[in-house]
Amino acid sequence: MTSNSVASKDKTTTIDLMAHLMRRAGFGADRDELERRVAKGYEATVEELLNPQGNRADREHFLRYHPGFRRAVTSPGMGASVWLYDLMHTERPLEEKMVLFWHQIFATGQSKVDHWHELIAQVDMFRDKGMDSYRDMLVSLAQNPAMIYWLDNCDNHESGVNENWGRELLELFSMGVGNYTEDDVFECSRAFTGWTISTVPPRNYYSRFDWSFEYQEEDHDNGEKTFLGNTGNFNGEDIINIICQQPATAEFVARHLYNFFVADEPPVPAWSVTPPKDPKAIATLAKAFTDSNYDIRSVLRVLFLSDFFQNARFTKIKSPAEVVVGTLRLVGQDILPGPGIGDLSKQAGYMGQELLNPPSVEGWHTGVEWINSGSLMKRINFVADMLGDTSRPGVQRIIDRLKAQGNLGAEELVDNCLELVGPVKTGSATLHQLVEHAAQHGELAWDTDESTKASTARVGELLQLIAAVKEFQYC
Amino acid sequence: MASIKKDPVIVVLQLSGGNDYLNTVIPYTDPVYRDSRPVVGIPEDQVLAIDGNIGFNPAMGPLKTMYDQGNLAVIHGVGYPDSPRSHFRSMDIWHTCEPETLGTEGWLGLATKDIDPQKENIVTTVSFGPSLFRALVSPGIPVACVDDLESYGLLTGITGEKQREQILDRFSRMYAPELGNDVVTEYLGQTGLEAMKGADILKSAPANYHSIIEYAETTIAQKLRGIAQIHLAGLGTRIFYCDHGSFDSHANQLGMHTTLWTDVSQAIDEFFADLREHDAADNVIMLMFSEFGRRVRDNGSGTDHGAAGAAFVIGDGIKGGLYGEYPSTKIGDLQQGDLVPNLDFRGLYSTILEDWFGLDAKPIVKGNFEAPHFI
Repeated sequence: MTSNSVASKDKTTTIDLMAHLMRRAGFGADRDELERRVAKGYEATVEELLNPQGNRADREHFLRYHPGFRRAVTSPGMGASVWLYDLMHTERPLEEKMVLFWHQIFATGQSKVDHWHELIAQVDMFRDKGMDSYRDMLVSLAQNPAMIYWLDNCDNHESGVNENWGRELLELFSMGVGNYTEDDVFECSRAFTGWTISTVPPRNYYSRFDWSFEYQEEDHDNGEKTFLGNTGNFNGEDIINIICQQPATAEFVARHLYNFFVADEPPVPAWSVTPPKDPKAIATLAKAFTDSNYDIRSVLRVLFLSDFFQNARFTKIKSPAEVVVGTLRLVGQDILPGPGIGDLSKQAGYMGQELLNPPSVEGWHTGVEWINSGSLMKRINFVADMLGDTSRPGVQRIIDRLKAQGNLGAEELVDNCLELVGPVKTGSATLHQLVEHAAQHGELAWDTDESTKASTARVGELLQLIAAVKEFQYC
Repeated sequence: MASIKKDPVIVVLQLSGGNDYLNTVIPYTDPVYRDSRPVVGIPEDQVLAIDGNIGFNPAMGPLKTMYDQGNLAVIHGVGYPDSPRSHFRSMDIWHTCEPETLGTEGWLGLATKDIDPQKENIVTTVSFGPSLFRALVSPGIPVACVDDLESYGLLTGITGEKQREQILDRFSRMYAPELGNDVVTEYLGQTGLEAMKGADILKSAPANYHSIIEYAETTIAQKLRGIAQIHLAGLGTRIFYCDHGSFDSHANQLGMHTTLWTDVSQAIDEFFADLREHDAADNVIMLMFSEFGRRVRDNGSGTDHGAAGAAFVIGDGIKGGLYGEYPSTKIGDLQQGDLVPNLDFRGLYSTILEDWFGLDAKPIVKGNFEAPHFI
């Protein structure tokens, strides 16, 4: 423990809680930001995250450096680069975290859509509406051109029903398996006939055609439909209204939010046969969902202020997007919009989560399933390379804080480093190895140019080792 | 690792997304096929005829040649009862052999446990792909998970041979099992150690690989090339797993399906040519399957999720030919418009486990199922 740890015990607790909130409701925060937020208070921070006043990433700034991405065509990684810039630079971390949340559920992929601009438009829609009404979100989703194309609703005609969208709306986007029949899938699909896209020729000769939602009355099946026990001449919005009234939907959304923000649940296909880890928490969130008329912001407020959230520290495995974005935000903001962004945007994919290109409409298997020997290696290597680069501004800030402490013994050095990259809480065995490693070359000194250079290199190496500890994988 | 008799090896190529059985092994003289496929039907004169009734998709030329040489078995009507028609759930069932409850252990994870009970070889099973396939998962069973062989390694950013050695030594101590660890931390520790050891072994493979076979630049060809490199390095790997897709052809099926099968057929052809070139083909079989087939009637552009599918087993060590019966296409025989499976996939697995690997299939596939004798 650091020498002043007793005196600052309360403060440390608050920093730990704030760091927990920022890891979950955002992508982590460096020490300066954590201290600012602690001064402001927990509840006020939650409120600010829910109703953010800061700026979004300046996309125009990014596009000035990368004009080719403005109307990104089909080259690998271009759309993911645009979103990565948003993820890294937003001052509204929860808003952007919700974009990731919806993307993981309403998983839509470039492998089929083959149109970055439309995928980015979908992500932008998640950003604009991600904390508002879930009902309105489903309507926007049903009218989102990338989604319409991804799940073939443009091929869903009165004369020939294509069930792809209708089925996934029920199975993956709202209620989950076991809460509807095959007939409901068919009737639901009928209600969305005529919900299609039209194309708009581009102004630039090299661009792909833009898509826009179009309702084709003449292709809509106007017959009577029976859906979940209700009968009527339903159109798509009627179906969504019925879906939102189902208790299964409230529980499904609650469980997704719990899985994403609180603690890892089993994979989604197991939900129909495996009860939630914390049924009371799910019931609390589901009630907030129903009581607020499906307002996601209200559910999130209940979630972040709950004990089950505040006590759930280091109980989740970071997703690859959290690993990459969290690390990039920590090591410094001036990396982009340099030429390396294409490579950076592929890193989460190497770890098993290629943004804007999920393996299928079911999205990714999360939690412990993020970890296998290949992905763990990629995670460790990426974070180690970033934290080990002492020229990066965020790493430089860590070193400045260490310097301000004067000469440091091995234990103090390790403690401080773990605090400054997280705080990361390690087990005693890990801590012992880190301290032993740090002790190899004696005390860390900053009094001469030479000792500063040597100390900087040693800190860089220690940070790489810290990036490799098991505990770093938890969120 | 060296043995007089070569150990049997399997390569699983999973066709993710639901491959359309009817347009892969085409019942080209069946009037129901013609009537049901006004848009995505393959004209009779393009079909690569197997006999007077069925034939391969025109994009499967190299596979047709393997079939003619007796090295490819077509397994008809594979599936399981009451298909949920969900990609996720269906793939889980194929991976775990648990159609009713949710399984956590994969069939090849369990096979790995039987093949190498003492965990003597950390690379007995190798997964090729960004993520680990559930078929390979079994608690405590190491599976190397490789994306790109060339850049495989842990903490490659540490400069200096000696420093890196030191750091890796620390790493292995930090990841050692510890009393009081929870399940996930224990798993992380074990995975970390396996990653480190596996990397040391696997990174030797590309360096020693030479071949006159040039693989296509397609993703599937490059994956199979990586598998060939590991196999030819003689590291004792017995199970390889990879996938290709997406075969989820709800729309614009004709062009998409042609591209997929062109790439897959060519890659398999190159892979086996490479192995033969190195006299390393006779102990390798390849299994190809998909989570389900697709609906009999097309939807005007593609086909929706169905039930029964076809599986394929390829290799010099198998008895090629047709196995099982093509499910009836008569309207009255379909369930919800889909072909009804008449061979449980667990029987197909049983043949591989028992006749190829010499393992007891029953505890792995959880029961006795009719097993086609293609080996």
